Amino acid sequence: MGIVSPGFHGRRRDTAVKLPPGQYLTEDFPVLTAGPTQHVPLEKWEFVITTELGQKHSWSWQDLLALPSETPTVDIHCVTKWSKLGTEWQGVSLDTLLEDVDTAADYALVQAYGGYTTNLPLDDLLDGQAWIVYRYDGDDLRAEHGGPARLLVPHLYFWKSAKWVRGIQLLDQDEPGFWETAGYHDYGDPWREQRYQGD
Amino acid sequence: MARAAVSGRLTWRVARLVSSREENPSARTLVFDVPGWPGHLAGQHVDVRLTAEDGYSTQRSYSLAAPADGDRLELTVQDVADGEVSPYLTEGLSPGDPVEIRGPVGGYFVWRPADTAAPVLLVAGGSGIVPLMAMIRARREASARTPMRLIHSVRTADDRYYTDELRRPQPGLDVTYLYTRRTPEGFSRPPGRLTVADLNTNGWPADFAPDCFVCGPTGFVETAAEILIALGHDARRIKTERFGPSGG
Repeated sequence: MGIVSPGFHGRRRDTAVKLPPGQYLTEDFPVLTAGPTQHVPLEKWEFVITTELGQKHSWSWQDLLALPSETPTVDIHCVTKWSKLGTEWQGVSLDTLLEDVDTAADYALVQAYGGYTTNLPLDDLLDGQAWIVYRYDGDDLRAEHGGPARLLVPHLYFWKSAKWVRGIQLLDQDEPGFWETAGYHDYGDPWREQRYQGD
Repeated sequence: MARAAVSGRLTWRVARLVSSREENPSARTLVFDVPGWPGHLAGQHVDVRLTAEDGYSTQRSYSLAAPADGDRLELTVQDVADGEVSPYLTEGLSPGDPVEIRGPVGGYFVWRPADTAAPVLLVAGGSGIVPLMAMIRARREASARTPMRLIHSVRTADDRYYTDELRRPQPGLDVTYLYTRRTPEGFSRPPGRLTVADLNTNGWPADFAPDCFVCGPTGFVETAAEILIALGHDARRIKTERFGPSGG
């Protein structure tokens, strides 16, 4: 237990809900991005998976929409402490996108329009754990939340769910991304409170 | 992109309140003594953890308001209506009381006086001034000559921060206030939100290639960043920090 601050009682909200340590519930949807919001025209949008051998698999916006979609309803947890429960999305599972990709890579470096990157083990993108989503709460995904399409990996802190996603580089060796290079945890499991390096 | 300004394990440290002062009716600056504080850069923030007697604890992030000064650090905390943490920090905490602090965090939204000769544009909405004030103070402490312009949007004159300090002239620092609700007497710009004209008139021309730091509520930051891009600024030189109404 931490040092007690005298007279602090806290305002415990819904005690029926189990949140990861250090998180609090929010009803709205905060926006956190290191730079300006990106606006990517749909006709220029492209999603490219590049294997460790340099083979490219790419999808246009029309290609993406033509793939079977799923509608995950998931809880999301931001490293800045807010958690939002039961968020509703629509998009394409990474299982679908990686189905015909021949790879023995262990790691993925996710790339976004605007230059943002984030890394994660490839296993965390598979088995129904990750999607490229283009709709949120029944509407097209707004640009400030990563539209036209973002990655959604709800079991990791939300900085891993790259906004304005444009591709994934598959790698044999782990390579830290933008926040990971700036001191954030390499993996980012909210339930183990892996916020920063060394957690 | 900025390389690590944070490295190694971040430990929780006990911080004791030394003093506090009112900045405006809804915000106070808190000065803490944190033995072993490793120092920080202007623009970085800390995590603050509060623990109740029964073990319940909660955390929030706050920007550092001043450059590193030994074991002392300053946070400016705005009261959030119905907040869980900010009212305790601003009203419930007495000198000598402990909280836990971890940091510094964030190596991207930072400005170092020696970094670059580029002019700096600081655009703040409300309490978004806090990390930008740390940059202004860092510039002054380093006697840096980097030209800096601050544009601060507040509701009324009573909602300004660091008023006396910013009123004192500092060579090379220009301060412009924009009022969204009510203007002081003699102020010609009508009350209203940030516009293209405000940033065009009071910022730097895009061809000066300034480093732009924008901090404030989400809508404000979205607007400011989009105007800067429309005015021709390079998106890579625009760094932003947004906070939502749920911040505590």
